[in-house]
Amino acid sequence: MSKIHIILNGERRSLHVEPNDILLDVIRDKMGAKSPKCGCDRGDCGACTIFLNGKSVKSCNILAIEADEQEIVTLEGLSENGLTKLQEKFINMNSFQCGFCAPGITIAATELLNHNPNPTLDDVKEALSGNLCRCTGYTPILDAIMSCKK
Amino acid sequence: MEDLKFIGQPITRIDGKEKVSGAAIYADDIDFGPNLLYAEIVESPHAHAIIKSIDFTDALKVDGVINVFTGKDFPYKFGLYMKDRYIFAQDRVRFVGEQVAAVVARCPKVAKRAAQLVKVEYELLPAVLDQMEAIKEGADLLHPDLGDYVHVPWFFPKAKTNIAHWRKIRKGDSDKAFKKADYVLEDTYNVPRYAHCAIETHVAIGKFDHSGRLTVWASSQSPFTQRHLFAEALAPLGITHKDIRVIAPHVGGGFGGKAGVTMEILSAALATKCKGNPVKIRWTREQEFYNTYQRLGVVCKLKIGIKKDGTITGLDHKIYWDAGAYVEYGANVVNAVGLSAIGPYRIPNVTIDSVCIYTNLPPGGAYRGFGYSEFLFGLESHMNRIAKHLNMDPIEFRKLNAIKEGDTLAYGAHMNPNGLFDAINKVKAEIDWDKELKSKNPDKVLGKGFSLFWKAPAMPPNASSSAFLKFNEDASLNILVSGMDIGQGYLTVMAQIAAEVLSVPPHKIRVENPDTDRNPYEWQTVASHITWSCGNAVKKAALDAKDQIFKLIERTHYLHYDMLYLEDEKVKCKTKPDFALPLKDFVINGIQVEDGTFKGGPIIARGVFMPEFSSTNADPETSQGGHPNVHYTVGAAALILEIDKMTGKMKVLKAVEAIDCGKALNPDLVKGQLTGGLLQGLATVLYEDMRYNDKGKLLNPNFTDYKLPTSMDIPDEIVPIIIEVPQPDGPYGARGMGEHTMLPAAPMIANAVENALGVRITSMPITAEKVCMAVLSKK
Repeated sequence: MSKIHIILNGERRSLHVEPNDILLDVIRDKMGAKSPKCGCDRGDCGACTIFLNGKSVKSCNILAIEADEQEIVTLEGLSENGLTKLQEKFINMNSFQCGFCAPGITIAATELLNHNPNPTLDDVKEALSGNLCRCTGYTPILDAIMSCKK
Repeated sequence: MEDLKFIGQPITRIDGKEKVSGAAIYADDIDFGPNLLYAEIVESPHAHAIIKSIDFTDALKVDGVINVFTGKDFPYKFGLYMKDRYIFAQDRVRFVGEQVAAVVARCPKVAKRAAQLVKVEYELLPAVLDQMEAIKEGADLLHPDLGDYVHVPWFFPKAKTNIAHWRKIRKGDSDKAFKKADYVLEDTYNVPRYAHCAIETHVAIGKFDHSGRLTVWASSQSPFTQRHLFAEALAPLGITHKDIRVIAPHVGGGFGGKAGVTMEILSAALATKCKGNPVKIRWTREQEFYNTYQRLGVVCKLKIGIKKDGTITGLDHKIYWDAGAYVEYGANVVNAVGLSAIGPYRIPNVTIDSVCIYTNLPPGGAYRGFGYSEFLFGLESHMNRIAKHLNMDPIEFRKLNAIKEGDTLAYGAHMNPNGLFDAINKVKAEIDWDKELKSKNPDKVLGKGFSLFWKAPAMPPNASSSAFLKFNEDASLNILVSGMDIGQGYLTVMAQIAAEVLSVPPHKIRVENPDTDRNPYEWQTVASHITWSCGNAVKKAALDAKDQIFKLIERTHYLHYDMLYLEDEKVKCKTKPDFALPLKDFVINGIQVEDGTFKGGPIIARGVFMPEFSSTNADPETSQGGHPNVHYTVGAAALILEIDKMTGKMKVLKAVEAIDCGKALNPDLVKGQLTGGLLQGLATVLYEDMRYNDKGKLLNPNFTDYKLPTSMDIPDEIVPIIIEVPQPDGPYGARGMGEHTMLPAAPMIANAVENALGVRITSMPITAEKVCMAVLSKK
């Protein structure tokens, strides 16, 4: 076991991890943030997408020990000071169905809008291409993101 | 026409905020504390073998392992429609991945490591991997004791064969009809197996406490059915229904895969041997592919006779299902298709043989569409080919034969009211069917595809729904129901129904996924029947509450019952315009009368629905006589497909789908089903299929090799069209539509490919490679 520190949603926390502990498991089981989900365990589905130092990453592909002293934001952190405009749009446009992919997609879409406030539809499709959704056919999700354009 | 305030409105989902803020709790998100145990399953590496011995002494020596369990610990059978499965394999394994033993440990990593130390000695048996081989005389038998299996009365297994069920329809004389026909088209269509691929894998946690109480938390479409099957299977341990509680939190997608019982029974059973400790199993994505239900594979031999004028004289549909190692749920897919394989057509002479065949592949079961996608691929391909032969427009040919209200169905009952013709005409107009298509790019060609579709709920004749409704002090409501919101928006729609009756806005109504201890009975969330069935129960409960309210007003305010109505959360009276009593003033604490006493009390209501006209009593040789299906939902769809001539790569430029949902209680949610279902359907024809090697091992159990469409793969344009011909016995006229949306996808693509390139592909999927090869071989 090694002692590491992770800044999770603005709070610096210390914890003990095994060298082979996966970041996703540690965030969920040792730190209690449950919004990142496990859908495939190999980086295919994107349900575990989080912000690592401001960049979206798939937390099932990262060892917890690599995140020592790094800053992580999950959907819980994003929602902390009220919902974002994008989240409001997702709700009002009934974008999600089962909702399991919503945390990952929200992170990926937030990253896109942070860097490119005026994306084209093709930009949005490409930004979400690493996040699988089986319910919606993507259209209502894309519509909501497009409606956030500046 | 009733003036509706909440029904028919695109209300936002009542669970939207939970899901978008990250607050929604799914089964894997629940914390169980330091007592939690993890089970790792030891699986069969063979498709068919006898278990000679299991040696787990080394596994037990691993530090942290609590115990190892095998079939000897649980010699109990289970199954939804036929008891043909054991909790763990007993003396024989029948598919690669079947559960043979479980290692239970404090830590998942320890359980995994120890599971690799369990030594199982097998004696290999010949594996039967092809259903057409499995029905041959002398084929190796998967279930030598099939004749002794317990099953529902509408199944007809053939002992000492691999045929688990055979649904036959005999109506009129199809042989004579073919002789009288001017043209008979006969061909075979092949559809492989598919996986549901909900993004959340199955998760179940069982806990058996020291008082003998079994609680199971599961990612589930069927909490009550699971409770019942657990109670049946675990009855030898003295566990009864009242001792079992199933709690179903949010579900990360179902599509049929989380209906019935699959891996949940492992957690339930293992918990009984680990008293006081919750036991958790979460399937890996790989396990999700090979050890839950899969969509059945099928070979359809189809023969249709037509007169010169285009009328269909007869149909012979022989449908051979690769149903897998256990068919306790899958056999009802076979049954449903047997009853409905005429499609939405008026056909006087019908022979259908839908045959459920055991194979040494993973168990087949419910998958969105419940068999209809599979047979519609062939049937709707056939319709286009016949129209071409007759030199008729494929839509006009369909209209000539399309089913109408009152027409006789294959099993003798009559067709319900429906808007099929309206759907056809609207789709035709929207896709601009008669317009000649030509690609501006010389390397690409365009094709148009069209398909009709229909589907009925497949359910036992006595499948029922029930609802409790209770008011809170501020006249907000809690509704307790036991259907599952698997994403379709069921909870929101239930709130809308109660809102309409009681004038309480949907966002003052809380409806959540169930706990079988607290919530009233529901069969299962399957068959696209829950809006219709549970919607009726909720409407009855709301009417019951309204009745209680009006009776209380009548006896406290001396106003006539018939003059009372609800508006804006107040009771009002037609003959006394100044009377407006807010519900919040009395729905909990009653109404004070002249002498200072209070009358009434908390308003608590109930509603129950069972389709009392449904029956499976019919002649097994002809299927005539019963009323097995409650109603059909119908629709039409078309698309424009662009194909790259050099590579075969395809892109849907525009797709139009019209569905008659009776009444769109929430049009936004109906459209959501449509865009989602259509893409799931397109995925089955353009990208996905399950590939097995010659030993019965699944070769692509992951999203790298089993390709789900991404946001880059969607049609350029989708036009959803809602048709509303009311279902007479539906809540506000509604009937189900969730599964149906994927049904026309595969035949539309096949028909568009033929339209564009002149090649007919009769096996799914229709990949770019297959299209390219077909073009090359034609040259």
